[in-house]
Amino acid sequence: MYTLTRVFGQTGAVEDLGYLAFLLIVTIAATMLILGVLGVLIERFAYRPLRNAPRLAPLITAIGISFILQNIIQILFGPSPVNTPQLIALSHRFELLGASIPYVDVFIIVLAVGLMVGLQQFVNRTKLGRAMRSTAQDREAAQLMGVDINRTIAATFFLAAALAGAAGVIQGLHFGNIKFDLGFQAGLKAFTAAVLGGIGNITGAALGGFVIGFFEVTAAAFGFNQWGQALVFTVLIVVLIFRPAGLFGQQLGERA
Amino acid sequence: MSEIRDLPARRTSGPGLRAQMNQNLQPVRRFANAHRSITIIVAMTFVGIFLPLFVAVVPPFNTFFPTTDLWVNGFAISGIYVLLALGLNIVVGLSGLLDLGYAAFFAIGSYTFAFAASPFTNQDFPFWPMLLVGAVVAAVFGILLGAPTLRLRGDYLAIVTLGFGEIVPIVFLNASRYTDGPNGIGGISKPVLFDIPFAGTNFYPFYITMLVILTITIILNYRLQESRLGRAWMAIREDELAAASNGVNTVTTKLLAFALGASTAGLAGVYSASKLGGVFPGSFDFTVSFTVLAMVVLGGMGNIWGVAVGAFIIYTIQSVILKQLNQFFDDAKIPFLMDIDFINYQFLIYGIALVAMMLLRPEGLFPSSRRKQELHAADDEGEGPPGTLADPIGATPQ
Repeated sequence: MYTLTRVFGQTGAVEDLGYLAFLLIVTIAATMLILGVLGVLIERFAYRPLRNAPRLAPLITAIGISFILQNIIQILFGPSPVNTPQLIALSHRFELLGASIPYVDVFIIVLAVGLMVGLQQFVNRTKLGRAMRSTAQDREAAQLMGVDINRTIAATFFLAAALAGAAGVIQGLHFGNIKFDLGFQAGLKAFTAAVLGGIGNITGAALGGFVIGFFEVTAAAFGFNQWGQALVFTVLIVVLIFRPAGLFGQQLGERA
Repeated sequence: MSEIRDLPARRTSGPGLRAQMNQNLQPVRRFANAHRSITIIVAMTFVGIFLPLFVAVVPPFNTFFPTTDLWVNGFAISGIYVLLALGLNIVVGLSGLLDLGYAAFFAIGSYTFAFAASPFTNQDFPFWPMLLVGAVVAAVFGILLGAPTLRLRGDYLAIVTLGFGEIVPIVFLNASRYTDGPNGIGGISKPVLFDIPFAGTNFYPFYITMLVILTITIILNYRLQESRLGRAWMAIREDELAAASNGVNTVTTKLLAFALGASTAGLAGVYSASKLGGVFPGSFDFTVSFTVLAMVVLGGMGNIWGVAVGAFIIYTIQSVILKQLNQFFDDAKIPFLMDIDFINYQFLIYGIALVAMMLLRPEGLFPSSRRKQELHAADDEGEGPPGTLADPIGATPQ
């Protein structure tokens, strides 16, 4: 369900970019905030009642929610791609070692790395982050140790949705258009990256993301463009089968 | 992500009217339970005769199409979805494994027949044995996917099957040397049986074929459900660890669920390839898997009749009623409503339905008594089944 929350972020970003194209920072902050709140609301009304239900129920709900959000966006913005303002024009470039690099890409990399470092610090250093980790390991034990489960899970959903929102803005900035069903593929790839890096390992997930991206771009460069997606999912299946803990993963506490 | 089921769930229904109705239906029920296959044959025959008559006579329905033939055509196609839902019910409903790439097996079945009987490959294998071949090929792929992935649990299995469901159409799309890519394969042969005209505008042969296939599938499904295998599926659904420690071979059992579910989709695929006369990679995307899942959930996971009826109703709503609703509001020139294209709302409606069902009535519209008991176990006992620490990556020895 974490992954599916990202789905909405990608699509939701359309709205914010359309209206608030003044300042990059304002846009990103607003997107993250709005989607974070949306994530919390979804958690509150769709997932929390099912927390003790059989495991099929929240999964099915997650799929339902992803379709609801996708279709709301489709109805609001239409089925065709929506143009987003490229706030930093692609023509602004600089030369580095013979490569021509647009400034917007530099901005994206800085932003992405910044968010990753921030997330890493948050999860590892703060009290809430520790609560999240302990809840992931053993919810019951965490509760017994005085962790407010509801607050922790809500915070997790806020973070996840907010980061997805940031990713959506970045997508718009780089490609200049957004489509309502972007998030579906992106969510799958995000999950692949997270699994590749090892679930619960932020650095691993980030590296996994880069590896996946590298795979896709390489496949495209060798003329197998249309096979890129199939390749990504093959990677996912292979990793899950042979190394379910991920490339850099540590054993998780939920192993019985 | 551990799951601890220790809090009482909400009470949604009580005895009363239903118990009373059960009392009145007792003799019928006793006969149905004792002679299930006969009952199914009789019921399907009745439905088969009743449906065309119903839409030909009853007011709003008889105006939708100029002739009843088009309805019969629609019913034949909706049968494909009923078949798919019945197959997915084995995987999701009986065994509790969430398969989000179910359309892949449908695609495999369709392409199997397309390869075997179309001008594109210059082959013309007969339809009837190919029904079985399609089912077997799909089952083999079900095992190929299932064998390595079934030790994954919950979310992970769902995502892997989702990935598989994405890969298969991509392969059919891009291997254009063998599949003619996005153009699909057309001109697929119709069944041949004596002099019965399967081609043309008389849709009854296809309709009756579908009824026969469905009848056999439903009988087999009931037999399976009540067999040792069926009970093992349900045991795994309720508590995999407990089932394993009671001697259920969980790997074989789950594999069989995958294989049998896939084979039903393969069957549906062969039929649909012949019925529609063409296969296109675009018609097997995630929305198909999603639609079928919505059918299973709405009908009532684990309840064979419920799933069949649910699938039929949803397909009819999707393919007929929504279009008619558009037409109706356009004709009536009702402001606002006439501007809405209801077909666009189809998946929104499914999504809302899925979430609402999970929150309010997880057993489905037509629940199976056993599933209901399971889902509402907490109501009766005051506490749920013992908490299970599910490990999503399946580290538990099996």
